[in-house]
Amino acid sequence: MSTSRRKFLQWMVAAGAGSTVVKSASAHEHFKGYPDSYGVLHDTTLCIGCRSCEKACNEVNDLPAPDKPFDDTSVLETKRRTDAKSYTVVNKYDVGEYAKGPVFRKFQCNHCLEPACASACFVGAFTKTPEGAVSYDASVCVGCRYCIIACPFDVPTYEYDEALTPRVMKCTLCEPRLKEGKLPGCVEACPMEALTFGKREDLITIARERIRKYPNRYIDHIYGEHEMGGTSWMYITGAPFEKLDMRTDLGVTPAPELTSGALSLVPMVIGVWPVLLGGLYVISKRKERMAHDEKTSAVKEAIDQTQADADAKLKAAMEKARKEKETAVEKAVTKALADAEKERGKEDK
Amino acid sequence: MTTENTTAPVAIKRPLLTPFNVIAGIIILIGLPLTYLRFTGGLGAVSNLDNNNPWGFWIGFDLLTGVALAAGGYVTAAAVELFGKKEYHSAVRPAILTGFLGYSLVVFALLYDVGRPWRLPYPFFVSQGVTSIMFEVGACVALYLTVLFLEFSPAALEWLGAKKLRRVVVRLTIGLTILGVVLSTLHQSSLGAMYLIAPSKLHPLWYSPYLPIFFFVSSIAAGLSMVIFEGSLSYRNFSDIMDEDHRKNRNRVVLGFGKAASLVLAGYFAIKVFGVALGNHWHLLSTPYGLWFLVEMIGFILLPCFAYAIGVRDRNVKLIRWTALWTVLGIVLNRLNITLFTFNWQLPADQRYSPHWMEIGISVFVVTIGVVVFKFIVTHMPIFYEHPDYKEAH
Repeated sequence: MSTSRRKFLQWMVAAGAGSTVVKSASAHEHFKGYPDSYGVLHDTTLCIGCRSCEKACNEVNDLPAPDKPFDDTSVLETKRRTDAKSYTVVNKYDVGEYAKGPVFRKFQCNHCLEPACASACFVGAFTKTPEGAVSYDASVCVGCRYCIIACPFDVPTYEYDEALTPRVMKCTLCEPRLKEGKLPGCVEACPMEALTFGKREDLITIARERIRKYPNRYIDHIYGEHEMGGTSWMYITGAPFEKLDMRTDLGVTPAPELTSGALSLVPMVIGVWPVLLGGLYVISKRKERMAHDEKTSAVKEAIDQTQADADAKLKAAMEKARKEKETAVEKAVTKALADAEKERGKEDK
Repeated sequence: MTTENTTAPVAIKRPLLTPFNVIAGIIILIGLPLTYLRFTGGLGAVSNLDNNNPWGFWIGFDLLTGVALAAGGYVTAAAVELFGKKEYHSAVRPAILTGFLGYSLVVFALLYDVGRPWRLPYPFFVSQGVTSIMFEVGACVALYLTVLFLEFSPAALEWLGAKKLRRVVVRLTIGLTILGVVLSTLHQSSLGAMYLIAPSKLHPLWYSPYLPIFFFVSSIAAGLSMVIFEGSLSYRNFSDIMDEDHRKNRNRVVLGFGKAASLVLAGYFAIKVFGVALGNHWHLLSTPYGLWFLVEMIGFILLPCFAYAIGVRDRNVKLIRWTALWTVLGIVLNRLNITLFTFNWQLPADQRYSPHWMEIGISVFVVTIGVVVFKFIVTHMPIFYEHPDYKEAH
């Protein structure tokens, strides 16, 4: 399990247990790499560009044969990068006043202490091992290539010509060989001791010692001691690093920290949004109900008013009708009585 | 287009050999051999992707742009179901449908881009890389696709006549809408957050710790604009099957959404300026990339914002419609700027990426499938009209 993942899980567990403060404080401790982990120091002032390391790398990793043989140094005339068929390349640089001749730099995975690839991988295919290697597990890889986007050193490559089983390809720090007690292929093959394998702490001491002893020979900086939080593969050179195509603007922040802030907001969105949106829903529902109530009460009032008016009208009409009827009855009665009187009068005659 | 019949005819006989069908057929016929080539020759056979440029047109357009433009679903559902804007009710179903199809297409397009597509469930079931922003994107998109499917399902269930099941799903509406907004907030922003890990590769004017917020806010503008834009396209093509409610409220939706889009664009412009201020990148504005940044900022955020405002003030529906298309193009430009045009800006020109025609071909193929399915659904299911059996339901 990678460090960064462990940290995140720790954090999640901590958040769950309600002890966020204590645990997240420990998650911000400066991670200086696994103790006693291994690395390689590349001293470019010793490199002669013989490409022996490339050849050894190709052999120990069973990579396909190159287009041009490894003893052909004409390939150094063009800048190269690693690809699916080569885990390491040596490039030649003209550094002007900083060296008499050309300077050569070997390029491969730097095996970061807190790797961007491991942090970016959504199946956790990359692992920073306690021994120092950043290892890759093709058996879970989906092939999304986010690791290649994430890597600040442009290291991982991909099998673009593989139709169904493409893998990400990169230097393994010869992890299998280390387990057998052997040196990484490139280190073993280097005839100039431009590559030194050892414990990372020791390598830093060695590098410091060389810089102290030969201040005119070296730039006073160990590239990889702190870059992107530190790497297991480190460099000392006689020319400014940018002259050797090495980014000096990467900073010292480990890659996982670049995204941890955004990730930490996820639980907040999940927690806060439903409350906010639910509240808005309740408000809009209430508004709707109030509008509805207002409308119905207005309608009811109107109906009641109409009803009352109608009742009054009806009552008046009824009254009128009753009166009319009464008058009519009275009239009729009077008339009938009068008629009867008349009749009786006639009969009496 | 006829406007005289107001009832909703469920099945209108349309001719088969229309220009649309012929062109769609040709595109799909071209897409099939490209698909074959992709899955027999690998990514290298159909794309210009390489080790420096592992993500190209498919991620830039199909994924990042596609997801932003499919934001109409959650925006419209939230406005109507949560904020009580019932007058836009007729816009919900088309927006949910395009959202659902949009996300389905995003996933479909990913099958071409990722190396081993059948392993897409791996992050959830086999090996969880929880530190990855991509894990969050994947989880949210998968869940949101399910939510959109459920939100869309009443239309399909009405079509199929499954009344009981429909009643159950309709009861979930509020919960689904809230879940939809939560998931959309998360993955819309996370698509921007994916680039947080590459500050050394993305141009500083586009890189910002605020990227997730930029992506979320611009997705709202994109969603609103897409609803307006699609609405006018749909009216042009399907007004014969729209019901009275849909036709009457058409302009209300345009005016209301135009007003909202103007506000959102204003906010988006402001936070983008804050982004430049936070990084103190003012001096970069006078570089060629800076001018390009200003083109995006002024030409595709600020001016559409004003155009929307003027359109709403003057009740100029036509202007708002064109502004919707303008805004959509601005969002497309922003997503492509981040994924293609300014990514790896420090590399020499010959190592930069430009899409292979077959990459664009496959994207066009994917979009065409979406349009064809959209057409099938709206001509068969109650999207632009209320099903006569369920009128009382609202």
